[in-house]
Amino acid sequence: MTTTSTKSVNKKRQVSEIEQATVRFAGDSGDGMQLVGDQFTHSSVLFGNDVATLPDYPAEIRAPAGSLGGVSGFQINFAGKEIHTPGDKVNALFAMNPAALKVNIADLDAGGLLVVNKDAFTAENLKKANYDSNPLEDGSLKNYKVIQIPLSTLNQEAVEGLGLDKKSAERCKNFFVLGLAYWIYDRPIEQTLNWLKKKFAKMPEIAEANERSMRAGYHFGETTELIANTYQVHKANPAAGTYRKVTGNEATSLGLITASKISNKPLFYGSYPITPASEILQDLSAKKNFGVTTFQAEDEIAAICAAIGASYGGALAATGTSGPGMALKTEGIGLAVMTELPLVVVNVQRGGPSTGLPTKTEQADLFQALLGRNGECPVPVLAACTPSDCFYMAIEASRIAMKFMTPVILLTDGYLANGAEPLRIPDIDDLPKIDVDYFTDSSAAPFKPYTRNERLARPWALPGTPELMHRVGGLEKEHITGNVSYDPANHDYMIRLRQEKVNGIVEDIPLAQVNGDEEGDLLVVGWGGTYGSIMTAVEKLRQKGKSISSLHIKYLNPFPKNLGAILKRYKKVAAAELNLGQLQFVLRSKFLVDVKSVNKVQGKPFRADELCDAFLEILETI
Amino acid sequence: MTVDSQTTPLSPKDYASDQHVRWCPGCGDYSILAQMKKALAELQIPKEKCVFISGIGCSSRFPYYLDTYGIHGIHGRAAAIATGLKMARPDLSVWVITGDGDGLSIGGNHFIHTIRRNVDLNIVLFNNRIYGLTKGQVSPTSEFGKKTKSTPWGSVDNPVRPISAALGAEATFVARTIDTHVKHLANILVQAAQHKGVSFVEVYQNCNIFNDGAYLYATDRQQKFDNVLELEHGKPMIFGKNGEKGIRFKDFHLEVVTIGENGVTENDLLVHDETRKDPSLAFLLGNLSYPEFPEPIGVFRSVSKPSYEELVANQIQQAREKIGKNELKDLLYTGDTWVVE
Ligand code: SF4
Repeated sequence: MTTTSTKSVNKKRQVSEIEQATVRFAGDSGDGMQLVGDQFTHSSVLFGNDVATLPDYPAEIRAPAGSLGGVSGFQINFAGKEIHTPGDKVNALFAMNPAALKVNIADLDAGGLLVVNKDAFTAENLKKANYDSNPLEDGSLKNYKVIQIPLSTLNQEAVEGLGLDKKSAERCKNFFVLGLAYWIYDRPIEQTLNWLKKKFAKMPEIAEANERSMRAGYHFGETTELIANTYQVHKANPAAGTYRKVTGNEATSLGLITASKISNKPLFYGSYPITPASEILQDLSAKKNFGVTTFQAEDEIAAICAAIGASYGGALAATGTSGPGMALKTEGIGLAVMTELPLVVVNVQRGGPSTGLPTKTEQADLFQALLGRNGECPVPVLAACTPSDCFYMAIEASRIAMKFMTPVILLTDGYLANGAEPLRIPDIDDLPKIDVDYFTDSSAAPFKPYTRNERLARPWALPGTPELMHRVGGLEKEHITGNVSYDPANHDYMIRLRQEKVNGIVEDIPLAQVNGDEEGDLLVVGWGGTYGSIMTAVEKLRQKGKSISSLHIKYLNPFPKNLGAILKRYKKVAAAELNLGQLQFVLRSKFLVDVKSVNKVQGKPFRADELCDAFLEILETI
Repeated sequence: MTVDSQTTPLSPKDYASDQHVRWCPGCGDYSILAQMKKALAELQIPKEKCVFISGIGCSSRFPYYLDTYGIHGIHGRAAAIATGLKMARPDLSVWVITGDGDGLSIGGNHFIHTIRRNVDLNIVLFNNRIYGLTKGQVSPTSEFGKKTKSTPWGSVDNPVRPISAALGAEATFVARTIDTHVKHLANILVQAAQHKGVSFVEVYQNCNIFNDGAYLYATDRQQKFDNVLELEHGKPMIFGKNGEKGIRFKDFHLEVVTIGENGVTENDLLVHDETRKDPSLAFLLGNLSYPEFPEPIGVFRSVSKPSYEELVANQIQQAREKIGKNELKDLLYTGDTWVVE
């Protein structure tokens, strides 16, 4: 938090203008913290801030109330300038109970604002959170500006007279917190008021109760003398245009529909519910008016197989999942490689292996995407780097799939999927073109389904087209005719041909771009959702005069043409990723460069400061 | 040479592809292929409108031998592939060709779900009660105690009954036929194709290499009349060489009776009604098995229900009409937006 100016409104209170602030709301998973975070984000983007968010919730829907395992948090970084991450340290923490305090306090900046619900600090709750003594009383919080509010009591008072039972009334208390946060950061409350009206149109008493709670929180801020400072974060100054807020999963589904519209192919999405990818299925299912067909299959395998069937029938077909589901889809991806049918496979990565950490983020499925299939089975692999980039990469994945008649894997991750940021809505004319026509020429009968164009893509001929009847399948195909063939030379030829087709995509993708100097001491290479943290860390070190640059790879197979040459221009290269060094491994083997690894696997994104430290350590060895 | 499907009627051989058929000589699959071509010709379905989708196994080579569209898929997944295709392209006549291992073991999950959704597919399951392509292991329809390469001491698995499984998932069309009963077979395939909604056909198919004679009781001239009950809609359930035996419903189970004995007359016999809404009676019929009972062939159940792909398409149509706003611009601007000058 950088303070740019401070003025006193009255003797007791100051208003500071700041460039940027990071706030975290934390409570029980039933406390509605995600909702509060979402509303705060929404109001902030509508106000004109740049934002980046980090929702963090447990895998259990309702872990035991008050327990450490049940703590759900939502962090938002909002600023009057361009930002790339949800922030490292938080400036203000709103903790609804002792467990939320315990889990989150380490991330609060020294001197930061700590708002707690005093009512929840009962002996029982303290015990559940493994506190031996009450932190509100034992002096352990002396480094923070602690504001203790009898939140439950004040909230009950606010909704009195509406005839709500105690439980329903208690449920509104997250809106009290939201109101208070709005007041502290000088945000308009209108957006949330409108949202409440719409959301609870059929339950006006609930809308009213939540509104009252929020207003009570807001007024509490105004009247209390406990809070000595409020803050104003100015509008950011982004490029002109119309904006909307997107999470990564929303952006992925928007991208898929957009690709369907610009390619003029109907979208088919087959999927099976899995955290953290389910929102894509839900989102697309709600957008049937755009002609989207969604299919909630009986399992992951059926989901991809149905998509392959739809692709054979002429749809832009996609399937989405997360790691364990990806493992189940493996054989299906192989079938799409062999039948050379377009297919987009989205893997919203989460902590693994096995069931792993379903609600946490990780980047450990790169090997799986690149290599995890039987046989020589090349598949293009792309990775989105920010929530809004999911939009563009979903279009790219669709474009490459149809243009090259191949399955394409798009990697996103839990952090991108749930994180939100503004998306500048593009001009439709600026979107990439996808000109892929079905093959309909029946003059050269008999039809040869495994002939190829200049990109080595085979024709997409649809059932229903007279004279083009043909069979595809998982058995090795004879070059040109597509008939089943066990011929050794043909197999060798086809293996190389499929590889060459995927390699050839390199001509159709953008070159890699360096952020910083074209040569120097250290180049940090990243991929996927770590973009923001790496950018922030590298910028910081560059401002300190370090010779460090970064490069973010969005096309992981094939790599951009210029990547190898770029790597060789730096004294040291490091790959920063949330796994044990998978990109490092690939870069080393591909380019024979001694790439270092900066990694962690905690189910959390990198913090910019820990990256700074790691990069400095490498720089010191030069 | 091209055949103009508009004017010249298609003959069975028009549906044959140029591929060499590779089943073992004498395999029951040949007969099913021949009757399929006859059925398609009878229905005059344009070749380009047919898609045959299979999984893995001997039966699953089927699509290669027809000059239609087709996918030879992966093991057990034909029904799932077909579901996606039919949803994307309701205009096509989509067939699933599967076997007992492919459809009921590795593909058992898709079997149930495809059927309960009532996707308008024609599923033909070649039941030879053995794994043929992998050379003779026990299959999910092999009899209890069956000795195979993988069960040298005899199988301790209870077999699944395909008809009962399909009825359990409330299939809207369920039938059984036999590879050697060629006319019956062709006729059942025609009826399956004409049924709107999912059609499930079990074909008793002889694997003369690894399980020869598995259905001798139902195909042998001497034995078949006592062991096969031909179901006909609206007719009493009569079987036996001289039509002397019948099936009676008593105390919630089925029993074999002899007409003329113990005062039993034809009026006491069950009359087959394939349109019965409740599948319970059909389920009882599906459970009749040799040697205690004759095994029914024919149509067990044929009821009408909206098909899945139709319901899916209707929802999309309704959303388009109700919500409208289906241009790309509408999509990108959904939700709250704000303008930066
Ligand atoms: S192994 Fe059996 S089922 Fe397979 S082709 Fe030969 S005879 Fe037919």
